[in-house]
Amino acid sequence: MESVKQKVLALNGDEAVAYAVKQSDVDVVAAYPITPQTIIVERFSEYVANGEVDTEFICVESEHSALSACLTASAVGARAFTATASAGLALMHEILYVTSGCRAPVVMAVVNRALSAPINIHCDHSDSMVERDCGWIQIYAENSQEAYDSIIQAFRIAENPKIMLPVMVGLDGFTLSHTLENVHVLPDETVRKFVGTRQFPLVTTHTGKEAPLRLDVENPMTIGPLDLPDYYFEHKRQQEEAMRNAPEIIKKIHDEYAEISGRRYGNGLLDPYKLEDAEIAVICVGSTAGTVKTVVDNLRNQGVKAGLLRIRTFRPLPVDGIRKALEKVKAVAVMDRSMSFGGHGGAIFHEVRHVLYDASNHPYIVNYIYGLGGRDTSPNQIRKIYNDLQKIVETGRVETPVQFVGLRE
Amino acid sequence: MFSEWKFTIREIAEKPDLFMSGHRACAGCGPATVIRLVLKAVRGPTIVTCATGCMEVVSTIYPYTAWATPWIHTAFENVAANASGIEAAIKVLKRKGRIKQHIDVIAFAGDGGTYDIGIQALSGAVERGHDFLYVLYDNEAYMNTGIQRSGGTPHGAATTTSPAGTVIPGKPQYKKPIADIMVAHDIPYVATASPYYWKDLITKARKGLEVEGPAFLHVIAPCPRGWRYDTSKSIEISRLAVETCIFPLWESINGEYQLSAPSKTIALKPERKKPVEEYLKTQGRFRHLFTPKFKGVIEEIQRITDKRWQRLLKKCGIN
Repeated sequence: MESVKQKVLALNGDEAVAYAVKQSDVDVVAAYPITPQTIIVERFSEYVANGEVDTEFICVESEHSALSACLTASAVGARAFTATASAGLALMHEILYVTSGCRAPVVMAVVNRALSAPINIHCDHSDSMVERDCGWIQIYAENSQEAYDSIIQAFRIAENPKIMLPVMVGLDGFTLSHTLENVHVLPDETVRKFVGTRQFPLVTTHTGKEAPLRLDVENPMTIGPLDLPDYYFEHKRQQEEAMRNAPEIIKKIHDEYAEISGRRYGNGLLDPYKLEDAEIAVICVGSTAGTVKTVVDNLRNQGVKAGLLRIRTFRPLPVDGIRKALEKVKAVAVMDRSMSFGGHGGAIFHEVRHVLYDASNHPYIVNYIYGLGGRDTSPNQIRKIYNDLQKIVETGRVETPVQFVGLRE
Repeated sequence: MFSEWKFTIREIAEKPDLFMSGHRACAGCGPATVIRLVLKAVRGPTIVTCATGCMEVVSTIYPYTAWATPWIHTAFENVAANASGIEAAIKVLKRKGRIKQHIDVIAFAGDGGTYDIGIQALSGAVERGHDFLYVLYDNEAYMNTGIQRSGGTPHGAATTTSPAGTVIPGKPQYKKPIADIMVAHDIPYVATASPYYWKDLITKARKGLEVEGPAFLHVIAPCPRGWRYDTSKSIEISRLAVETCIFPLWESINGEYQLSAPSKTIALKPERKKPVEEYLKTQGRFRHLFTPKFKGVIEEIQRITDKRWQRLLKKCGIN
């Protein structure tokens, strides 16, 4: 099938997100400004002010209230969106769990930024990595085009009756949020048709009636009750079931979107680059993948079998996919843009290493903490990482399992 | 501004309860009575949201619920933000034809969820002008967690975090004038109520629903466990709170204060104003004040009660 004709707009990452939200027939947006997310709410405010969207836009007094309002709007049956970064996401922490626990399919853009203190407005992944256990699906975009595409897909993923979980789409602060890029946008009606109207799974109410899961005056329902040791555990298990259902559905939605747009990001979960015959590989999320690809190309020209595995969907973690992708790789470097203080490496490192424990192939695996607080990571530094991997393969020895990139010692 | 809604006790008794029996509130629970009365005022389909607190806990122990109306709880400090989201969703879904009828929104929270942890969300929600009724059921401490002091706990009251010690006689600070703070937000309707004056309470809840924009109803809600009195005395104590002018009844309509009938009577016939002692002596939380050492605290409570009463009379144009 031929993909539809698309306009090319010069948009930064935040604008691309706002544009996707504008096209996705969103009913309620509640948001609070925080750098580097502000452009999303500014652009969206303009859409509202100019009557380009039929959305209730609530300028709340905090991120905590932003997500609280999105959660209940979603419970009433609205499609709800919010966006935040850094301290804003940290302030939402409590409600992140409540949103997934209430099975409210809210979509949120997280413009990744460092956490205080010291205060820093630039990119790293500390803000969303710390939220990896909160029951949200997490997608990390490599560029603004992918941020646009992922937001549109996120509504379909979140609202799928077999999932019913909130989705956060991460995009790197400033590197993506404030940098102009050519973004291909689908026609409004194509997006609207793709996202469709909200779906509601049927549940049994306290009166024994089957009804769609929402606050509906025809079918009164109690959402967010007190759940004691006799039931709480089963409800948490249901959230895990939804996470298990997610990978196949994410791939299917990604395929369907690729048919229309002509754009693919691997299989929607993992986006490998020159990995088929790679002997050494880097793993990362977000915009750094772009720099890594340049380095891989250069190394390939020199005959080095280098590859990249970009994790696009970090929650749920594509366990089998990671194992399979690394089947023939001899040494892997995981790049983490956040710190787990005292935890011997970053979050992605921990998880990838954990996945490989049950694999038939056990490559050497090392960790590089990079780019905290927006520090730039150059192609040379990444080339050095591949050089380290080559050395590990040659010597059969890992000298430093966890190290820093571009840090003054 | 308001409809001419009139009701008889029979009509109210026969109106189906939206807050049903079977909940697990303590015997004599003031807040449970308050919620039941408020919901007698509904004029049609209504969505309710509750802050974390006594009433959420006792009414929704899964898989049971006491709520015959759509109901949601999410957290402690955000009930006004929840109401904002519900109201916004109703508005837009009505516009898009996916909701056909008018739906009212009520938020219930205790004093902890209102005076303290929830005041930011409340202030923000009313500033934005969402159309909802916020009901504060004020049992004057964190009862659900075991009687800890809040911004709503009155001066001198003993709680588990403001105990009646040998040096400090209960809570040193004064009750935050929350309803006046809400009036200062320049919202269309603010009122105080007491479950003893049930007709006044129901009428005010209805007005709060009818008014366009945010409405705030502050209801005194005695708690036998926390206030230390016999479970049969809740309604009597909610009457004494008004008769001593510790909790006067008034409304502010578009910022104009006016006394409600029970308090107006006292304003016109000051001899009917009872000394605060009559209220304090009914409750164990004030027992330590009736010792020679802390007698001064009762005088102080009388002084602050009189000062606030005089200030209220002035606002109501009564001198």
